[in-house]
Amino acid sequence: MFQAFLIKYGEIGIKGKNRYLFEDALVNQIKHTLKHVEGQFRVTKEQGRIYAEALEPFDFAETTQALQRVFGIVGICPVVILEDEGFERLAEEVLSYIKRQYPQGNQSFKVHARRAKKTYPMESMEINRELGGRILEAFPEMHVDVHTPDVLLCVEIRQKIYVYSEVIPGPGGMPVGTNGKSMLLLSGGIDSPVAGYMVAKRGVKIDAVYFHAPPYTSERAKQKVVDLARKVSLYTGPIYLYVVNFTDIQLYIYEKCPHDELTIIMRRYMMRIAEEIARKTGSLGLITGESIGQVASQTVQSLAATNEVCTMPVFRPLIAFDKEDIVTISKKIDTYETSIQPFEDCCTIFVAKHPVTKPNVNIIKRSEVHLQEKIDELVQTALETAELIVVG
Amino acid sequence: MEAYLDNSATTRCFPQVAALMARVLTEDYGNPSSMHQKGVDGERYVRRAREIIAGNLKVQEKELYFTSGGTESDNLAIIGCALANHRSGKHLITSSVEHPAVLRAMEHLKELGFSVTYLPVGGDGRVRVTDLEAALQPDTILVSVMHVNNEIGAVQPIGEIGALLKAQDHPILFHVDAVQSYGKYRIYPKRLGIDLLSASGHKLHGPKGVGFLYVRDKVKIKPLVFGGGQQGGLRSGTENVPGIAGLGAAVEECYRELEEKMDRLYELRQLFCERVEELEGVTVNGLQGRESAPHVVSVSFAGVRSEVLLHALEERGIYVSAGSACSSNHPAVSATLKGIGVRKELLDSTLRFSFSVDTTREELSYTLQVLGELLPVLRRFTRH
Repeated sequence: MFQAFLIKYGEIGIKGKNRYLFEDALVNQIKHTLKHVEGQFRVTKEQGRIYAEALEPFDFAETTQALQRVFGIVGICPVVILEDEGFERLAEEVLSYIKRQYPQGNQSFKVHARRAKKTYPMESMEINRELGGRILEAFPEMHVDVHTPDVLLCVEIRQKIYVYSEVIPGPGGMPVGTNGKSMLLLSGGIDSPVAGYMVAKRGVKIDAVYFHAPPYTSERAKQKVVDLARKVSLYTGPIYLYVVNFTDIQLYIYEKCPHDELTIIMRRYMMRIAEEIARKTGSLGLITGESIGQVASQTVQSLAATNEVCTMPVFRPLIAFDKEDIVTISKKIDTYETSIQPFEDCCTIFVAKHPVTKPNVNIIKRSEVHLQEKIDELVQTALETAELIVVG
Repeated sequence: MEAYLDNSATTRCFPQVAALMARVLTEDYGNPSSMHQKGVDGERYVRRAREIIAGNLKVQEKELYFTSGGTESDNLAIIGCALANHRSGKHLITSSVEHPAVLRAMEHLKELGFSVTYLPVGGDGRVRVTDLEAALQPDTILVSVMHVNNEIGAVQPIGEIGALLKAQDHPILFHVDAVQSYGKYRIYPKRLGIDLLSASGHKLHGPKGVGFLYVRDKVKIKPLVFGGGQQGGLRSGTENVPGIAGLGAAVEECYRELEEKMDRLYELRQLFCERVEELEGVTVNGLQGRESAPHVVSVSFAGVRSEVLLHALEERGIYVSAGSACSSNHPAVSATLKGIGVRKELLDSTLRFSFSVDTTREELSYTLQVLGELLPVLRRFTRH
């Protein structure tokens, strides 16, 4: 019965002269998302509204779920489109719409007509009054409430007539691509996909880097990260995933540096490599899933020591989140089940029993001096041999 | 060079078997249940496979049921018999080192009100017949013990168990999971006192997705799959004709000159065990020589994590398994290795090498050489 969706968006509306950029980005994201859904859709922007109109039969649940993943959308209104065949016919259709949508027939309501086609013989107020009267007649249990109605019945008179009353909540945020691009350090755990999702929600396009350490981490661990990137890409659009072979760097650090500093030094090199790839590929920031105090390498001291190597801003959207809250989001975005598959990642394979929890940057730097001889060459090789996988 | 030493997980299909299956799929593709000639042609392959396997086991053709593989055969044997015989008793006995297809089926029956006794194994990986005798109860209806253990190759005393059970004053059914042994041992259920026997195609160079269950005539058993009533109603569903044809052909090929092939496998195994133990910090687990199955070797490498060694070998073209491949996605401690008393610190340092008739001396030499190179390197980098 619904032939279209009216897309409501929030923050974009306040972006002044840049507004059209945001709207165009949103239209593009909607088009991209609906490509993966059964049926053809026409997405149009007209008079400050975005409509996605179905050109053939479609699956309502699948389509609304897909739209609910498009950042920037705050509401999705399923719309019934009617031909303009006179007011009597319109009234009939509206009554049958109410009967279908609200079978209990006892809600409070308000009719909100908008006459975009000025040649329509009745004015908006008139339509409100007339339709309201017909509804009260047909459903004696319903009553009018102009301030907080249960049902806000919108009737838009254009070339055709659009009737809608339901609003399915969207994810909010801003359309991906309206806020530059950043590089996500994706590990295969629970946190990093959530971090990517959250930053993307602010309109940031996402690339990702994964550190692979064969034979210490398996091909299946890498596949798991690709799977995670695919899940995140349902929200963000295609992700360029760079897979960096980190084994030699890790072993070199292992040989040359104190064991309890291994994780911190390793993470400093991951940041350096991620930043280098980010710089070359047009990302303006880094994204990590770090959260204060979650593990030894995420104490404030450790974060400071890791951060010290970066010149780009590092976005850590989960920094003050508890684990349960992160898990809740990961379940909501459907990355949790993939994240908990038991494959070892390169952060845990050589982890010391008692890693430093309060690293001192100066001591860490002194340890890194021992790496002088070969580390630049190893980093260079890692950068050159990074594999690019386009996901989504 | 490539060395595929994971034959207990699965084997390469014999080329002639694959060729036969291609013919069944593309030319003689009739449904045995169809009344026309195409159907009759399809049925002929099923009959032929039945003949081969029945002849091989020295059982009647009607005592064989084709299934989707080892797991289904084990499930059908255990659950099917328990449900059909519960009026005689609700006690079942199995070993603690069985394949999950047996253990999980037992757990399912526990939820349905059956009770299960799990027999421990000794340091040799074998069930003690005295333990079994002590576990028998008047309401015991079924005993399920595997023939060859998939993790260490221990051979269970199925003949003695069969004899013990037949000597009891009430009937107790005996199921043997022969998935790892069929194709390598001559097994005669009637002589061994076996009532039900499971086997799988892809462990003996046949196709995946097919296996059989031998059910001795007169054994009461209920189906788990319902439908068109094929295979006497015990296993409904259109027969997997190409799979069954392939299974038959693979069995035929496996048992051709079996003794010579097994002699050669034992020789290879012996050589591998001797030379691998020459490496530092290496222990071969379980019984050796003819007391073990010819194709499975469990080896512990002190100070090296099995997953890492496995992937390092893989980088050099050598494919092995950590513990049992069927459960290796869930790195839990192996009950079998624990059962035979492998030291705690070695449990996560144990690999399984499994051979087949395809395995060559060169592959083993190459593997030993690579192990010699890798172990010192991997031991340099370990978790502290």
